[in-house]
Amino acid sequence: MKIDANGVYYRDLNTKIREAVAGGADKLELVNVNGQYFIGDGINKPITITVNGVPGNDLGAFMNGATIVVKDNAQDNIGNTMNAGRVVVHGHAGDVLGYGMRGGRIHILKDVGYRVGIHMKSYNENRPVLIAGGKAGDFFGEYMAGGVLILLGMFTDSPDKAKHGFRFGTGMHGGVIYVRGGVDEGKLSPEVGVFDLTAEDKKELESYLKEYCADFKLDLKEVMKEKFVKVLPKSKRPYGNMYCPMPR
Amino acid sequence: MKHKPTHNFQKDISNCGLTGFISKSGKLVEGDVIIKSIALMHDRGNGLGGGFAAYGIYPGYKDFYAFHLMYESGLALQLTEEYLEQHFFVEHQEEIPTRRVAAIANPPAFKRYFVKPLETADYKEAVEFQKMTVEDIIVGHVMRINNEIEGAFVVSSGKNMGAFKGVGYPEEIADFFRLEEYKGYIWTAHNRFPTNTPGWWGGAHPFTLLDWSIVHNGEISSYGINKRYLEMYGYLCTMLTDTEVVAYMLDLLIRKHGLSPELASMALAAPFWDMIDRLPEEDRQLMTAIRQVYGSGLLNGPFAILFASNDGLIGLNDRVKLRPLVCATKDDFVYMASEEAAIREICPAPDYVWSPRGGEPVVAKLNPGVI
Repeated sequence: MKIDANGVYYRDLNTKIREAVAGGADKLELVNVNGQYFIGDGINKPITITVNGVPGNDLGAFMNGATIVVKDNAQDNIGNTMNAGRVVVHGHAGDVLGYGMRGGRIHILKDVGYRVGIHMKSYNENRPVLIAGGKAGDFFGEYMAGGVLILLGMFTDSPDKAKHGFRFGTGMHGGVIYVRGGVDEGKLSPEVGVFDLTAEDKKELESYLKEYCADFKLDLKEVMKEKFVKVLPKSKRPYGNMYCPMPR
Repeated sequence: MKHKPTHNFQKDISNCGLTGFISKSGKLVEGDVIIKSIALMHDRGNGLGGGFAAYGIYPGYKDFYAFHLMYESGLALQLTEEYLEQHFFVEHQEEIPTRRVAAIANPPAFKRYFVKPLETADYKEAVEFQKMTVEDIIVGHVMRINNEIEGAFVVSSGKNMGAFKGVGYPEEIADFFRLEEYKGYIWTAHNRFPTNTPGWWGGAHPFTLLDWSIVHNGEISSYGINKRYLEMYGYLCTMLTDTEVVAYMLDLLIRKHGLSPELASMALAAPFWDMIDRLPEEDRQLMTAIRQVYGSGLLNGPFAILFASNDGLIGLNDRVKLRPLVCATKDDFVYMASEEAAIREICPAPDYVWSPRGGEPVVAKLNPGVI
């Protein structure tokens, strides 16, 4: 099924999408999308929505099992509180990606903005994974509580830009960040440390990147060729002693 | 009993929106283009403020200061015109063309005057003995009209440029001011969602002084400090809105103190001290000096701003990027907006799209010799 979004107001477009989902469609193609907010929000059926154009903010928020493939760049707040499903962006994406994300996959081919993976969390088998193939802005993994963030630094329109920004891992107290080719330790927040990968980590990382490479038709060997490092929080309660000493 | 929803799910979550572009080679672009771009972000505002700044729109009067005046009463008009007559040679004056628009209720009156200061005794005193420039004298007159004539406000006062703003959605304001009839080489636009200050005609963006114009998304929590600092230099804040300080601060830092736009941006969005400590020695000393001298010029709080002048267009984020700003280039055009979609609406296939770092100004200057 195809919907022409040219000049369609976001509410009307999202009504059409929800009607298509309710009608049992398993594939939906949106063409001429430009800036419509909230596409795919709260959808809990395993439909695949392909977006041609630049979708607006809050793409795939509260999504629970659908797949969204964006053939262009995307904007801010993708996958806010997403529960399950998959967002694949064949360009760059903006700030605050995967805010409070608690399951599913977000795969971005190129650069990502500030505060990516903020407040990501995990519980038992719900383990969200967000992979950025390009470079990242400041506050990567801010207040991260769980899940997996992966930064490759490989695919970008801005080759002069640093791989990642300042305040990396500020307030991080759970989850794990993998970075291809190492991190700039001067830009890490004091709450995190850098570690080598264990054999188990490598296996896990490779399984995530296999999915990522399949989405963008990339060579997994090429991606794995460089050494990865692992960034972990030093404490589960980084601010426990901020105002007064607390029992551990 | 009927189940009551816990939230008003129809509520639109909004925030300000801004967009702007420059043709570096000075190509004149019709108003339709910027209207299309800002209208795409309709839902970022709530109808309580929209506005535009346009450069290159008055080529026939480019040597005169174009005063856009807003009047809330006939008395304000009369007093202002008496004041202007006293201090200025008025080459031409007219009502700013508007059309009746259903969405715009009770608009104030708008007139524009193309003026040069008269060489009065006061003028000679100011130039010869107080070492004031013509621009200083214009700034003084703008402050006096805004501050002393009740119900009269200078909406803009630069050469070959103008600001058009009011209460309504930006596309409604554009319709009201017939902006499709103007052509400019720099345009900026703003869609307002007022949070802390009243939504009134003078409080819409852009804020201007001489040919500076500012559109802003965010809150300037340091308004009080900035305002008091500016008052020391004769700038009086009369528009009841935080953004006003940015226009005056840029005038002070760039025009009066001779800072480059890049250094002025560093004063407004100064790096944190721990970042300054990491810089090479020369930069560290420079940034330390900027922070020490212009501590009261620092803008605290989240912001994305576009500021324009006859020289170019500059985009700037607060240092931790708490508001969105995306830039793009296409041939000799540079675009800056709150959302990439607002750029793609008027430039579907840009050469390069990027998000600038927080605190890092994006400077797009007009090519030398264009004006």
